[in-house]
Amino acid sequence: MAYKQFILVCGGTGCESSKADDIFKELHAQAEAQGVAKDVQIVKTGCFGFCEKGPIVKVLPAESFYVEVKPADAKEIIAEQIIKGREVTRLLYQDDSNAKRIKTEEIGFYQKQYRIVLRNCGIINPENIDEYIAREGYIGLEKALFEYKQDGVIAELKKSGLRGRGGAGFPTWRKWEFSRGPVSDQKYVVCNADEGDPGAYMDRSTIEGDPHSVLEAMTVCGYTIGASKGFVYIRAEYPLAIERLKIAIKQAREYGLLGDNILGSGFSFDIEIRLGAGAFVCGEETALLQSIEGNRGMPIPRPPFPAIKGLWGKPTVINNVETWANIPVILTRGGDWFAKIGTETSKGTKVFALTGKIKNSGLVEVPMGTTLREIIYDIGGGIKSGKKFLGAQTGGPSGGIITAEYLDTPIDYESLTSLGSMMGSGGLIVMDEDDCVVDVSKFYMEFCVDESCGKCSPCRIGTAQMHDIVEKITKGLGKLEDLDKLEKIGHALKRAALCGLGQTAPNPTLSTIKRFREVYLEHINGTCRSGKCKDLVTYSIDKNKCIGCSLCARKCPVNCISGSKTEKYTIDASKCIKCGECFAVCKFSAVLKK
Amino acid sequence: MAVAQIEFSKELESFVREWKDKPGNLIMILHRVQQEFTFIPREAAERLARDLEMPLARIYGVITFYHYFKTTKPGKHRIAICMGTACYLKGGQELVDETQRILGIKGAEVTANGLFSIDAVRCVGCCGLAPVLMVGDDVYGKLTTDQVAGIVAKYQAIG
Repeated sequence: MAYKQFILVCGGTGCESSKADDIFKELHAQAEAQGVAKDVQIVKTGCFGFCEKGPIVKVLPAESFYVEVKPADAKEIIAEQIIKGREVTRLLYQDDSNAKRIKTEEIGFYQKQYRIVLRNCGIINPENIDEYIAREGYIGLEKALFEYKQDGVIAELKKSGLRGRGGAGFPTWRKWEFSRGPVSDQKYVVCNADEGDPGAYMDRSTIEGDPHSVLEAMTVCGYTIGASKGFVYIRAEYPLAIERLKIAIKQAREYGLLGDNILGSGFSFDIEIRLGAGAFVCGEETALLQSIEGNRGMPIPRPPFPAIKGLWGKPTVINNVETWANIPVILTRGGDWFAKIGTETSKGTKVFALTGKIKNSGLVEVPMGTTLREIIYDIGGGIKSGKKFLGAQTGGPSGGIITAEYLDTPIDYESLTSLGSMMGSGGLIVMDEDDCVVDVSKFYMEFCVDESCGKCSPCRIGTAQMHDIVEKITKGLGKLEDLDKLEKIGHALKRAALCGLGQTAPNPTLSTIKRFREVYLEHINGTCRSGKCKDLVTYSIDKNKCIGCSLCARKCPVNCISGSKTEKYTIDASKCIKCGECFAVCKFSAVLKK
Repeated sequence: MAVAQIEFSKELESFVREWKDKPGNLIMILHRVQQEFTFIPREAAERLARDLEMPLARIYGVITFYHYFKTTKPGKHRIAICMGTACYLKGGQELVDETQRILGIKGAEVTANGLFSIDAVRCVGCCGLAPVLMVGDDVYGKLTTDQVAGIVAKYQAIG
């Protein structure tokens, strides 16, 4: 039976949270009720990436891209578009610049993007292996088994120039080669899906939208290094991704793409899921392996590297989700093809979770070498509500802040490191003039104190000390010499900590001190220009501007504003909790923030 | 020492049996136990120590290392407020403060009627909807503090 039209409903976590599932069900019900269930196929896909405007619904072949759809819109989509062939214009994405309703390929968000990792997200039904296969799925595995063989796979990866996407950017082929060398009765392949960076969700979306790409790549790795067992270590907080992965593993087994004698090649490989339990440090590979072994997730010194001595002491290749998802395409289209994309040292693309004070939040994939300005302004649409750009944090709690003057730096591993940041996982958090870098630095230090496993003293003590000093500064109690102290502890921590968590923990603080020293000095002198640091802010009411409307008094959660129409209003500073509600609601700019 | 008595459901029992001899089983088993009890009761940990022939100290070592595992019973409606970076920048902390104020509880406390507890959690992965608050599996995004009271009232009514 051939369908004439297709409706794709985003089934990513963001859209699911805003009723995408109800939309999906309602579309089915309406198609049935209006007698066109046989003509239209309704599919739930992975993430479209444009999370800001979710839930997203796309209709093919018309290429209609509907945003912020509600379950109640289903009736009209079926009646108008599917039956009468008329687009529901009111649901199309509206371009800000000219208020025109436009189609997918015209949307600024998608121009300049180049999708390799996310190639199938938002296109296929991730719960159906046939759809993955129809889009060149498992061809890479077939080629690896029967054409490239082990040497050929390594050679293609080497040609491609693929480097690990999870952190430091180690060449993938070399990691595999290390594990391939030693003779061992057992070897392991591990997928790191413990996406702990707060504000990043690329790995989650990749697994939710295209789980087979990870399974295929892991199987190829197993064949290449001689392993028969793989583990996907995934956050327990990602129930949808876990569910789709389970379905994918089951289907792959049924198709003979996992299990004994894969595709009749004599090679056997199977994959098991292991759940994380909420420890950021488990993103560090040695800690992750400890966790799979059922222990406290504490890192162990390297070398020996896991590639030589990993899980249960056996050679183990461990790559992150995004690295894995690149591999099937490299094998299908060849390493040379991949190497043409990107910069001299960093090949391919990078997926970023673009969030924060950006107009178009979402998941974006761009070729390496794209500038931050292109990502933030051309794809992201710039800062929300016309505020001024302050900086962008890449690499989460391990990274640093990048300021306006460096927006035109082409992004790759080396350029980010030289800016005091790192590629990290791919969280890209945009801040505007309302944000305070000292406050953000406190936020990240707090995170690191909380997540430090406590095994090595530089990290256990160093992060706590740095946090206390930064916190002191946010309260206006800092001294000038505290900045030197922060830098001294930070540099010691970078050198002495046992694992990546500790070594990179000082980055957010060090980079903000470097780029925004004057803001730290202002705090030391008792002011916070953004008003985020509450101890440094006082609210008061300008009697000349107050018209006595009482709105602020009614909104005040602690009832510390009193007055009347004639006497105007005043704030009792001793009771004020500095929530800023009065400042936000006053229509006459009568509430002052100092 | 008195032997602690705790009922495991048949499903949980067979899960433990299935995983008993697999290497690295402890975390997977703890997840399953928490799924059944919403936290890990002391008696359950003691029973696992016997069933898995593993020192209780080792089990507690793992439980207390990972944020996900709870040793006290949470409220019936678990409010999780995202404190990932995107949500933090957009007012996640204010949502935490407001929710604590409305319910009159702090940290791991549970309201007197057992209905609510609050967790400030790491990124729930819907950064496009920041700031995000979840009650059980229901997600509320792009929130302002004045919406919190209404959401709480909704679950108060369910009881």
